[in-house]
Amino acid sequence: MAIPVTINGTQQQLDVPDEMPLLWAIREAAGLTGTKYACGIAQCGACTVHLDGQPVRACVTPTSAARGRRVTTIEGLDPKGEHPLQKAWVEAQVPQCGYCQSGQIMSAAALLAAKPNPTDADIDSALAGNICRCGTYQRIRAAIHKAAAMKPGATR
Amino acid sequence: MNRAITLTRRALLKGSVALGAGLVIGFRLPLDAAAQPAQATPGVFAPNQWLRIDRDGIVTITNSVPEMGQGAMTATPMIIADELDADWSKIRTEQAPANPKLYANPVTGNQAYGGSRGVRDHLEMWRKAGAAARQMLKQAAAQEWNVPESEVETEPGVVIHRPSGRRLMYGQLVDRASQLPVPQNPTLKTKDQFRYIGKEGIARLDIPVKTDGRAIYGMDVKVPGMLIASIERCPVFSGKVQSLDATAAKAVPGVKHVVQVSNGVAVVATSFWSALQGRRALKVTWDEGAMAALTSAAISKQYEAMSKQPGQVARNEGNAEQALGAGGKVVEAVYQVPFLEHACMEPMNATAHVMPNSVTLWAPTQNPGGHQALAAKIAGVPVERVEVVTTLLGGGFGRRGEPDFVTDAVETSKAVGAPVKVIWTREDDIQHGFYRPATYNVFRAALDANGQPVAWWNRIVGPGILIQKGRAPKGTIDPAAVEGARNHPYDIANIRVEWVEKDFGVPVGFWRSVGSSQNAFITESFVDELAHAAGKDPYEYRRALLGKAPRHLAVLDAAAKGAGWGTPLPAGRARGIAVAFSYGSYAAHVAEVSVAPDGGVRVHRFVCAIDCGIAVNPDQVRSQMEGGAIYALTAALYGKITLDKGRVQQSNFHDYPMLRIGEAPTVETIIVDSGQAPGGLGEPGVPPVAPAVTNAIFVLTGKRIRTLPIDKDLLKR
Repeated sequence: MAIPVTINGTQQQLDVPDEMPLLWAIREAAGLTGTKYACGIAQCGACTVHLDGQPVRACVTPTSAARGRRVTTIEGLDPKGEHPLQKAWVEAQVPQCGYCQSGQIMSAAALLAAKPNPTDADIDSALAGNICRCGTYQRIRAAIHKAAAMKPGATR
Repeated sequence: MNRAITLTRRALLKGSVALGAGLVIGFRLPLDAAAQPAQATPGVFAPNQWLRIDRDGIVTITNSVPEMGQGAMTATPMIIADELDADWSKIRTEQAPANPKLYANPVTGNQAYGGSRGVRDHLEMWRKAGAAARQMLKQAAAQEWNVPESEVETEPGVVIHRPSGRRLMYGQLVDRASQLPVPQNPTLKTKDQFRYIGKEGIARLDIPVKTDGRAIYGMDVKVPGMLIASIERCPVFSGKVQSLDATAAKAVPGVKHVVQVSNGVAVVATSFWSALQGRRALKVTWDEGAMAALTSAAISKQYEAMSKQPGQVARNEGNAEQALGAGGKVVEAVYQVPFLEHACMEPMNATAHVMPNSVTLWAPTQNPGGHQALAAKIAGVPVERVEVVTTLLGGGFGRRGEPDFVTDAVETSKAVGAPVKVIWTREDDIQHGFYRPATYNVFRAALDANGQPVAWWNRIVGPGILIQKGRAPKGTIDPAAVEGARNHPYDIANIRVEWVEKDFGVPVGFWRSVGSSQNAFITESFVDELAHAAGKDPYEYRRALLGKAPRHLAVLDAAAKGAGWGTPLPAGRARGIAVAFSYGSYAAHVAEVSVAPDGGVRVHRFVCAIDCGIAVNPDQVRSQMEGGAIYALTAALYGKITLDKGRVQQSNFHDYPMLRIGEAPTVETIIVDSGQAPGGLGEPGVPPVAPAVTNAIFVLTGKRIRTLPIDKDLLKR
């Protein structure tokens, strides 16, 4: 039985087993590869997507848990890829290898939606689950502050 | 006649062509690789393998260095575009195919990338490639206008004849320029003429696609008809399959094949999830082989025993042993470091399609040339029949030059007759790595009445990476094992450095900064011990010993000054300092550290000074120093791979932890412009970090950290 999920605004029927992690349904069934696999046990945050607006680790979320719900991936964060965070990421020249950055941005987007002007402590807490092996943390922090300063209408 | 055809992989790598950033993952196959005169493709000016210009003025630059986060995809075009005097907005970059005849590193002669060799080995060649093209465009314009070549000049993307005010865009000159001979020794710009090299504000070309999901890593490759495989590997390095029952695995929906390959048992399925379920259903009995009883404790114990035996002499000046017995104050210490895994964010993977007479390999590889040859050998096809598409790399750090993940994909594809992507789990990645060697290190030094060292004696015990890989002969000194220790910069009359080779068979590899990663720690810790034994300031003590090492001294001074060495700090904080040369560059770090009552170490700030000769992209110099500091600090605080019963005990980020944002210090980078030949950047930001931190810990607690990672229980108050 296919699982109906709305991904980035488009309703899809995902023909995958209920228990298959949403990560693999997104990557292999829906064909959206911006969401990354890196640990498989919710330790690194590379697979972070929004489920009805809340950040979740797709690698440990069964696809069945998304049945009838809205999933937003990095590809759907902004129709033009111009979310304030995406612009700030470019301005601050954040990514190195870039593999973790989809997850970092999705965690940061959920943070900004809840707290438009986050403190450093808010950032530490909201992004505690996102590992960056290249060590771009200080630029991530700077970019989140930059995006918060850009303000109007941070899109989700 | 030399012709080139362009085979973009768009059809196969759907979505991989990231146009917005001016970044194309393409593939250009030269039919006649030997000669490189101007090419005759109509409308395209391609004076060499590094660049081509079309009639629209688009400049496509071929980057041979894999993009693993270090910014190669931007630094390469910056260098070529500068000498070409190209308009930066017209630059496109594509990744070179494996073809060592065209794209080999001119220093190493092969198409493998490690040792922070991107800019430093290619700078001159790439400058010439750009300059030759610019000279030809000027010549073409001069002919067109019938004026002397000396009267024409260039501005970005355009040739100008100032006396008459005439201008021709590069795109308008491609046909004429293509007819001209390629100058072999074009005039290069002087430093003051650079437009891009060394300039601030040049944005990396690969960043936009890394913020919106378009970037394609090896993990993201899609090929029609592709199957996905997961490989069950023997938990012990020396193991082999003894018996296999695949019945249950084959019954898992989606599983198509179960095949034995060199590295284990591959479960091949229509999805990764199915492959993983199939893998879990395998019944494999392993012959665990000779290493089945190996433990970290045994390794350490044996190292200690072997440290009492003489080693091969890596450096010998004066007579250190005699000087040690001459009656001065003797300082002794033993330092130990663990095995470390690279833990690239993107787990190992590769996709291969083995066809009857050819192979296509899509891989996040640091070694396109070596992997091409490897695939050819496995598939039994000529090396020229292996096409390698180098994708973006989700981290490299030395791990992605190894053969295993490519062997997996090529063997599995060959066995099942379909394109196959082999995906490693994080557990596979951590438990089947090529580890930074664990080593055991003994030091002795003698100080004179003024506290100055008169003897330095160091014996290192551990495996040799190059020897294990068959790249250096057994019985010789492995350069990777002693780098950073035998060439320490301190001016001491009697120095002896020995190396005892002891290899337990644990696979070892090149971990960001290689031997310097541990040897800077031991050397810079021990010299700090000497400073404290002498009752001197560790910075001033080093200064006094660096009389013959001006570049070390310059970065040490710059870091100390930048960090305010000697000025007051908030209560509970202290500074530590360290300096090291590695991979062509000189780096010094000052760490500002505090230790919590529970022993938890917090680094608040690093000030790093780096002399990499010429800094091509200053912001990327800073990026690499920031990243190197976090990588090294992660290892100093947490990094430890241990063995029990021949098995790696760690498996994922819960027990092989990575530094997180809340623990990350700020890193301030000072670029010291020495005007010297270019050095590396990926690695040199790592070595001084751990000793700078532990030297600060000593100031705070009086405890000398001689074993990594830092044991916080030792620091509890």
